[in-house]
Amino acid sequence: MQVSITVNGEQVSRDIEPRQLLVHFIRETPGLTGTHWGCDTSNCGACVVLMDGKPVKSCTTLAVMCEGHEIRTVESLEVDGRLDPVQTGFHERHALQCGFCTPGMLMTARALLDENPDPTDLEIRTAISGAICRCTGYKNIVSAIRWAAEHEASAKQEV
Amino acid sequence: MQTPASFEYERATSVEGALASLQRLGSGARVIAGGHSLLPMMKLRLAKPDHLIDINDLDELAYIREQDGEIAIGALTRHVDLLKSELLAENFPLFRDAENVIADPVVRNRGTIGGSLCQADAAEDLSAVCSAAKAKVVIHGADGERVVGMEDFHVGPYMTAVGDGELLTEVRLPLRPGAGSAHEKVERRAGDWAIAAASAAVWVDGGTITEVGIALSAVGLTTIHLSRAEELLRGKAPSAELFAQAGEIASADCSPGADGRGPIDYKRHLCGVLTQRALRRATARALHQEA
Repeated sequence: MQVSITVNGEQVSRDIEPRQLLVHFIRETPGLTGTHWGCDTSNCGACVVLMDGKPVKSCTTLAVMCEGHEIRTVESLEVDGRLDPVQTGFHERHALQCGFCTPGMLMTARALLDENPDPTDLEIRTAISGAICRCTGYKNIVSAIRWAAEHEASAKQEV
Repeated sequence: MQTPASFEYERATSVEGALASLQRLGSGARVIAGGHSLLPMMKLRLAKPDHLIDINDLDELAYIREQDGEIAIGALTRHVDLLKSELLAENFPLFRDAENVIADPVVRNRGTIGGSLCQADAAEDLSAVCSAAKAKVVIHGADGERVVGMEDFHVGPYMTAVGDGELLTEVRLPLRPGAGSAHEKVERRAGDWAIAAASAAVWVDGGTITEVGIALSAVGLTTIHLSRAEELLRGKAPSAELFAQAGEIASADCSPGADGRGPIDYKRHLCGVLTQRALRRATARALHQEA
């Protein structure tokens, strides 16, 4: 069936089977392979994207259910060559090794800071409790999100 | 790649429309809301509906409000909204206890109370929560609506009183004075299913427990209603000894299986401990004595 979804501000229309998952709809769109497809069971969080501003697991959402909704993926974080503070925070605090969990972590972090610009470490840990990293442990990721929170205001001013 | 088997998809624009579709399509149709239990089951072919009726646009089913001496919760109310509701936290704090430990915050953005109850997974928390709180559910069908108590809602593993062509639309919680409630869960790691969980609600008047609800998650084929323990407590003054006896009943009346989450003896012991803790905390809340 014909489905039309706003992805990163652009209308993406395609004829798909109703059973197609959002993660595959996104990844089959040219240039949008940043969203990772991991456990396929809504446990690992690698596939997290924002749906109308809220983080959702795109491996457990049908693309047809997103018709008429706005999806944001990791590709939308960088604007005109300038990284989002959460991306810079991951770079500064060495919050990734293999990078597989990173897109989901970044989008989960972005949604957290949009709702709560000054989260405690516990609030950060709770927010990312649905996202699994098998390389770094979580210390550097929490530290990176704190870094982003602290630099958000100044980073935005520079833009 | 895990992908569900093929199905036809329909997005409902009204409750009446959803009911008409469900009645036309019969047993091959399933309602989808959050989909975080149904889609994994469809990927594994444990569920194979021919039609999915998507009710996510039915905003009229997403609410938590006080009406006619009850708290009414629309079936499409999402976990995140149950967690944040001050009305629920004030009157039925066991909801917030449970919602803090149901899956993870991202999943809680999608999953709904109606979906959780209709999934009727014995390991799911809200079924025990609603059982303890003496909830009733409103089921709409071709002949109008009917109201079913939680004691009659679960008819088997993954089976409920909601029949073909019907839709669960609302959960109702009775508002009575002297209420206190708590949900206690032990899980292996953040967001996991319970090893065991106990929900308790008490209504205390003049130092006596006038009504009580206790239910267990994850330790049987369905949610376990601890009616023997409820009978023991009803009409008595709350005490540690009494709660210990209720805990012994919980250990005896649960029917856990051995699995990766632990052996049977451990789970029976856990049920006793969690039942006591839930009763203690529920009573302290009823008496405004929570530490």
